[in-house]
Amino acid sequence: MSSHSCSLLFPVEEEHEYSMGDYEGALARWCPGCGDHSVLTAMQKLLAKEQLKPEETVFVSGIGCSSRFPHYINSYGFHGIHGRALPVATGIKLHRPDLHVFVVMGDGDCTSIGAAHWLHATRYNVDMVALMLDNNIYGLTKMQTSPTTPQGYRSNTQPLGSFLPSLNPIEATLGVTNASFVAQTAEWMPAHLAATIDAAYRHRGFAFVRILQRCPAYTGDIFQDAVRNPEMIEMLEHPDGIEVPDLHAIYKNVVRHDPRNMEEARRLAENPDRIRVGVFFRDESRPRYEETRHLPLHTTDEKLRILNEELDKYAV
Amino acid sequence: MAMNSPVAESSSETRAAKDGVERIRVRQQTVEVVSDSGEGAQKCGQIFGAVSAKMGNGVWTVEIIPAEIQPPPRIPAGASGNRIRIGAKEVTNWGDRTNVCVAFNEQVLLARHRLDALEDDAILLVESMWKDHRDEDIRTEWAAAMEELGARNYRILEVPMEEQCLTVVDSARKGKNMFALGLLCRIFDRDLDLTREQIGHAFRKKSEEVYEKNVKLLELGYAWAEEHLGLRIDVPRELAAENTVVMNGNQAIAFGAVAAGMELAAMYPITPATSVSHQLGEIFHKFGGIVHQAEDEIAAAGVSIGASYSGKVAFTITSGPGLALKTEFIGLAVMTEIPLVVVDVQRGGPSTGLPTKVEQSDLLAAIYGQPGDAPHVVIAPATIEECFHAMITARRIAETFRTVVIVLTDANLATGVQPFARPEIDPAWQGARPDMGPVPEGLKPYDWDPRTGLSRRFIPGQPGGMHTLTGLAHDEESHVAYASDINQRASAMRSRKLAVLHSTLRPPIVNGPDTGDLLVVGWGSTRGAIEEAVERAREEGLSVSSLHLRFLSPLEPGLKEIFRRFRKVMTIEINYSDDPDQPYITEENRRHGQLAWLLRASTLVDVDCWTRVLGEPLRPGVIHDAIRAHMPKEGAA
Repeated sequence: MSSHSCSLLFPVEEEHEYSMGDYEGALARWCPGCGDHSVLTAMQKLLAKEQLKPEETVFVSGIGCSSRFPHYINSYGFHGIHGRALPVATGIKLHRPDLHVFVVMGDGDCTSIGAAHWLHATRYNVDMVALMLDNNIYGLTKMQTSPTTPQGYRSNTQPLGSFLPSLNPIEATLGVTNASFVAQTAEWMPAHLAATIDAAYRHRGFAFVRILQRCPAYTGDIFQDAVRNPEMIEMLEHPDGIEVPDLHAIYKNVVRHDPRNMEEARRLAENPDRIRVGVFFRDESRPRYEETRHLPLHTTDEKLRILNEELDKYAV
Repeated sequence: MAMNSPVAESSSETRAAKDGVERIRVRQQTVEVVSDSGEGAQKCGQIFGAVSAKMGNGVWTVEIIPAEIQPPPRIPAGASGNRIRIGAKEVTNWGDRTNVCVAFNEQVLLARHRLDALEDDAILLVESMWKDHRDEDIRTEWAAAMEELGARNYRILEVPMEEQCLTVVDSARKGKNMFALGLLCRIFDRDLDLTREQIGHAFRKKSEEVYEKNVKLLELGYAWAEEHLGLRIDVPRELAAENTVVMNGNQAIAFGAVAAGMELAAMYPITPATSVSHQLGEIFHKFGGIVHQAEDEIAAAGVSIGASYSGKVAFTITSGPGLALKTEFIGLAVMTEIPLVVVDVQRGGPSTGLPTKVEQSDLLAAIYGQPGDAPHVVIAPATIEECFHAMITARRIAETFRTVVIVLTDANLATGVQPFARPEIDPAWQGARPDMGPVPEGLKPYDWDPRTGLSRRFIPGQPGGMHTLTGLAHDEESHVAYASDINQRASAMRSRKLAVLHSTLRPPIVNGPDTGDLLVVGWGSTRGAIEEAVERAREEGLSVSSLHLRFLSPLEPGLKEIFRRFRKVMTIEINYSDDPDQPYITEENRRHGQLAWLLRASTLVDVDCWTRVLGEPLRPGVIHDAIRAHMPKEGAA
């Protein structure tokens, strides 16, 4: 997402340095140990680092635990309906390209009920950051299988274990025409999470980030091995993607991956041997819908003149 | 809005002059041009209608649409064309049966006959090439058709269209329509210069050569009729033709949206609403507007809500099935008080129903379709002209009341073409740009005025206005409500806005005496046909008046008072209701027309109804019959 849109509407503004605290909204009500807290902190860090004006920033969410996110940030927020955050965000950005738009979705929101919008938002490539907080389960409604729930994992709706292989959101997003930024990170790797969100923000286009996270209530065990054993993680690094050298001491599997290489990105995404974090794909040259559609605003006088001209064509 | 005076006069006067030419003088006449799909009958009809309007006749045009996209030739189901009703004065509806029909083959003519579209003494001009066709099957079909048509008193005139056209063009398939236009121009004495001008307009994207060929065909048809058809039909021209525009209701919606200052429309293709987007697609970008074709109906609602939330009111366009899909988002907009305009061009339902046909069956779904209590505004333009103005009204109400406004039109308005007074554009219609200034200290995102429920909305970009709007129950601060009294208060505030809007409306004006035996109440596109029928009924001495409603939610004020002055009140609508004489139907279980249902609930008056879902606009003659049948019995209260 582009930075530095400066507002010329208000001539002189008092210089105000925003701290992380300036972006704090209501007190977060997620369970202790929920991965959402890490994402919130990483986001507030980004906002402060980039000094985004709270009034020019909009967080849009759907329904689910993670969709409470906008309430906890001091900015404009839109806590809408299940699965439909992306169309709302698209409408905002089409009408107001000057705003910084962030979308926060859960795995049910994005990959199940809102899956059509996920596919098309990827193709529209509207300049925004889309975070998919993936805890592999429906948490708010108390433990129902989601498309990303591992096969065999027991839930209240599938107590015999999930019947189907889990959906791979990275693979799916990479398969969409005009995808321009696809990344994965994990809530238990705060430095990596921050670097990924930072890269997503700096990307001009639709930046899709899947954040792997634990739900302490229902799926605390799913990523437990990966949390304990860094050997299971592979970091994809590149100057055009992200690099987190501070983590090299812990995570030894570091692979140089050029995010322009779609073929390699797809190969890495579908290979189940390791959990891969980093930028799989990035291409800023892809067309952005809100720019393609952008037209200069006309004055009322101009509009009325054109309207009368157009009506002339229907005059008798 | 201009008052329409219906063309009630149907009497005709026929004279055979010395020159052997039969001259029919009538106040109104309905003409059809029908062909196989792709033979251009629609273009012929459109030009005939436009020329008639320019010459000072009232005009109402509807398309005759085949059931399939590419139907095979020469089958009744493939009938495609145009129906043009012209009158001495303003024409407000499509009328009754057709008086003159030009058909490119006998099968499409048969389709019109079977639909009971043709007047008993209709004049039928039919292409004669099929009669002696070298294919025996075709000759047999012709003979069978003529026998079937012979059951009526039609006057069938055979015209060698193909043979004539081939003297000018190599293939008559693309040219018969202009020859037919020539026939009609001679019969109805249309101005040929004006007709040439309209042909030029219709083929403006084509070469000069195409234009000239078409004009030659026009002149050929005209000359042929001059020589072979001793027939003139004279419909007096009593309208001042200056300063009118001719368009259909969907085009009027598109222009209305532009005049209302709207900047973004999101839609998903759905018949019969899509042509609004076609029109917008042609012009909206010139005003800086965006038509976003979304991935589905739900996303179209979401995009328009996102756009409205962040600035000027946006709108979405749909028809019944799409309205159903948008339901959850409409509820969200009501709950969060985001202004939004939703256009529903109604078609037949339920489910896929009758996609190209008119119905008024979405009224209750539009008002009550959202789960939970979701008070919002529903309005219904009654004419094509009102389609234009409805968008301006809708935008203004949506903004003033922070609410959703659903505009209900229908396939009759969407495809009907009519001239109307050219709107004198008022810059105030555009609405102000949203206030982007800092939010005053202490103002809350839902600072409801406790009397009116009104509050000022904050738009992203406004310093000091940061808040998270939510579809969850919330308080003035937009904080999620955990206390039960907050939900009660917030519900009252959202509901109060409708009462406030209601208080600003004027009681509707009764068409005819404001007291009498029967009051017919209608809404939407049926107005012209109802008023014409009421006028006919009054001419024969019945004590009937009519009332037409534009505001359905809230309803217009003073209805109970008006109803009290009539012995009986009934609605006439294009939606389903049980007829009381049918098996099992009792006073208790009878399902009423949708407006009747509303009126009964809100006025406690025993409102009767007569409704039909025939997939076509109601004909004034049919309404007239219904009025006769529903007059209150002597002595009945």
